Amino acid sequence: MASEHNATDYIIHHLTPLRVGEGFWSFHLDTLFFSAVLGGLFIWFFKSVAERATSGVPGLAQSLAETLVEFVDTQVKDTFHGRSDLISPLALTIFCWVFLWNAMDMLPVDLLPDIGHVAGIDYLRVVPSTDLNSTFALSISVFFLIFFYSIKVKGFFGFVKEMTCTPFGPWLMPFNLMLKLVEEFAKPISLGLRLFGNLYAGELVFILIALLPPVVQPLLGFPWAVFHILVITLQAFIFMMLTIVYLSLAHEDH
Amino acid sequence: MSINATLIGQMITFTLLVWLTMKYIWPPIIAAMEERRVKIADGLAAAERGQEEIKLAEKKAVGILREAREQATEIIGGAQKRANDLVEEAKLQAKSEGERLLAQAQAQAEQEFLQARDNLRKEVAALALLAAEQILKEEIDKAKHQTILNRAADQLG
Repeated sequence: MASEHNATDYIIHHLTPLRVGEGFWSFHLDTLFFSAVLGGLFIWFFKSVAERATSGVPGLAQSLAETLVEFVDTQVKDTFHGRSDLISPLALTIFCWVFLWNAMDMLPVDLLPDIGHVAGIDYLRVVPSTDLNSTFALSISVFFLIFFYSIKVKGFFGFVKEMTCTPFGPWLMPFNLMLKLVEEFAKPISLGLRLFGNLYAGELVFILIALLPPVVQPLLGFPWAVFHILVITLQAFIFMMLTIVYLSLAHEDH
Repeated sequence: MSINATLIGQMITFTLLVWLTMKYIWPPIIAAMEERRVKIADGLAAAERGQEEIKLAEKKAVGILREAREQATEIIGGAQKRANDLVEEAKLQAKSEGERLLAQAQAQAEQEFLQARDNLRKEVAALALLAAEQILKEEIDKAKHQTILNRAADQLG
């Protein structure tokens, strides 16, 4: 596969999204499509469990779903001490969705692009988390929620006061505001970039391994895939955990 | 890497997913889990209660058993005594009945014996008289020997 292409072309081809439109108003169809499919998969699985949820002996699917729900619920209860109907479902959605995004990384790098090629699609980037738009969509949504809850819990003036009068008191107001703005904006940026960076790098390494001679590929590909099982789960967990932490910070008065 | 409208699309999908999870997924699953938790807690409590009850029942059963054994012993004692009494009574009754029967039989035998002897004597006397008459028919002068004959008849009769 690799020998037919120039190596650089191969890498660039694999990392180029299927794009329609121009400028800002363009869409990465592959990202949107796979995200939606994976989101649908997530909703379908949990919905089918929720419909047949029994308080008796749970089946295999329900056990799996309950394990995830309980895992998320424990994390939320450990960190977040308020009452909110949103945060737990939000955390579950983030964890599962990001996990599924990342899990696309485990598919062979050429599998879906080749199928797409046969179907007449020239560019296909299958891992939604290697698209900055996806990771930032999540982190910016979380960012909005942080603002929403900060203002809701502390009141508008309380929020303004926190932005301007901490950590150095009212006399250093501009400096405080600057610090706070950096702090607040650093949250979504670090969230989004962390996930993107990890998965982009991981995918890149898979692509590089795919460029090696076929005999060597399993030797490197297998350990990297095993290691990646950890990475995809860990990144999903980190994203969820930080979301919970940020939102619980937004709920606390200083 | 370009940020473009995909971001907005992804945010919409995300919002939709969170909303669906919040409305249709989280509550029923959590409710089922909570219900099971309550069920298990109830079950454990019931099991504990049951164990307590078993202990109580065991204690009660031991008491009842002891009481029953005592009663049984008492009944057996009474019955044995009663049986002994009955046997004694029967023995006495049998003995007296036997004695009575014996006495009756003896009296009857005696009577029959006396009657038989009486009859026999009469018959013998008649026979003797007949025989004596036959023998002495010719030689006896009835008038002369009347006294002797009467004496003999008296002795035999």
